[in-house]
Amino acid sequence: MGILTEIKDSISQTVNGIFADEGTARIGIYGPPNAGKTTLANRIARDWTGEAMGAESQIPHETRRAHRKEDVTIERDGNSVTLDIVDTPGVTTKVDYQEFVDFGMEEDDAVERSREATEGVAEAMHWLKEDIDGVIYVLDSSLDPFTQVNTMLTGIIESRDLPVLIIANKVDLGDASPGRIKQAFPQHETVPISGQEGDNVDELYEKIAEEFG
Amino acid sequence: MPEQIESDGADGNGGGVQIDMISSGRMDGMTSMEKIRLILDGVRDGKVVILESGLSPEEESKLIEVTMTEISPDGFSGIEIESYPKESANPGILDRLFGDDDSKMTVIGPANQIETLHKDSELISAVVSAR
Repeated sequence: MGILTEIKDSISQTVNGIFADEGTARIGIYGPPNAGKTTLANRIARDWTGEAMGAESQIPHETRRAHRKEDVTIERDGNSVTLDIVDTPGVTTKVDYQEFVDFGMEEDDAVERSREATEGVAEAMHWLKEDIDGVIYVLDSSLDPFTQVNTMLTGIIESRDLPVLIIANKVDLGDASPGRIKQAFPQHETVPISGQEGDNVDELYEKIAEEFG
Repeated sequence: MPEQIESDGADGNGGGVQIDMISSGRMDGMTSMEKIRLILDGVRDGKVVILESGLSPEEESKLIEVTMTEISPDGFSGIEIESYPKESANPGILDRLFGDDDSKMTVIGPANQIETLHKDSELISAVVSAR
């Protein structure tokens, strides 16, 4: 066994020890609205437990409460990790009900969705502050990653020393540029995938087992 | 005494947009909630607030939470906030102890009045409209 492998195993055992003291590690799926967080959460949950986690939609803020899937065991190349996966509402600094009206919702429904969305964002921040042990940060790779929400959230995650994997999602889209996301967050491992189509999810599971195992 | 430079107000002042530039000296003496109140009270009045030294990650987290509690369908729809991305990939322990990674100039305004046109690691370009 090489010295690097020994060091890696030692770190892994230490991390497992830390997580073990407080039960199964909770890995939060974070990111801006409509990045594909719930689609990814459903992909992971279906692949390893056979059950989905939540409803998916093109309308932003479909997920307005955090959902936890307990004891998801992911196995890859001899690495195995059991995690709780927490799908969180998309984080933003603004919510305008008019946006939902523009998607064809009735005004009353749009106002209600807006209210629930603001509660959901606050709830996601609470989870990050109190109850999350690691983060899968999901970005739409067809969009500019240099947004303030991304800057702030990754800063908050780093300030808490949480392990993080960046997901360049939606690589199946024609204008996807996962390289731009790698460039924006060079300090973190970036995995290009399509949660919708299942492209490159094998590498994702490998990285999850490595990063959080 | 910290500097606070104000231009024409947003309401009843010729239709302009008031800009408050707040020095790091003024912010240094404030608690996290005082900073957040100062920012949100200004922004809710239609002002653009420029912080010389920005907020810590903890304060940014709190700012998002408090902003969410104040959004209402008939008025305030949230904030637009911009600062440069961090240059240091992995700030060292000294950076964290001395807070060097928090010192980013930050611009905050009403979401319905500011639109970011372009942002990268060296340039932020935005357009501000009157209410």
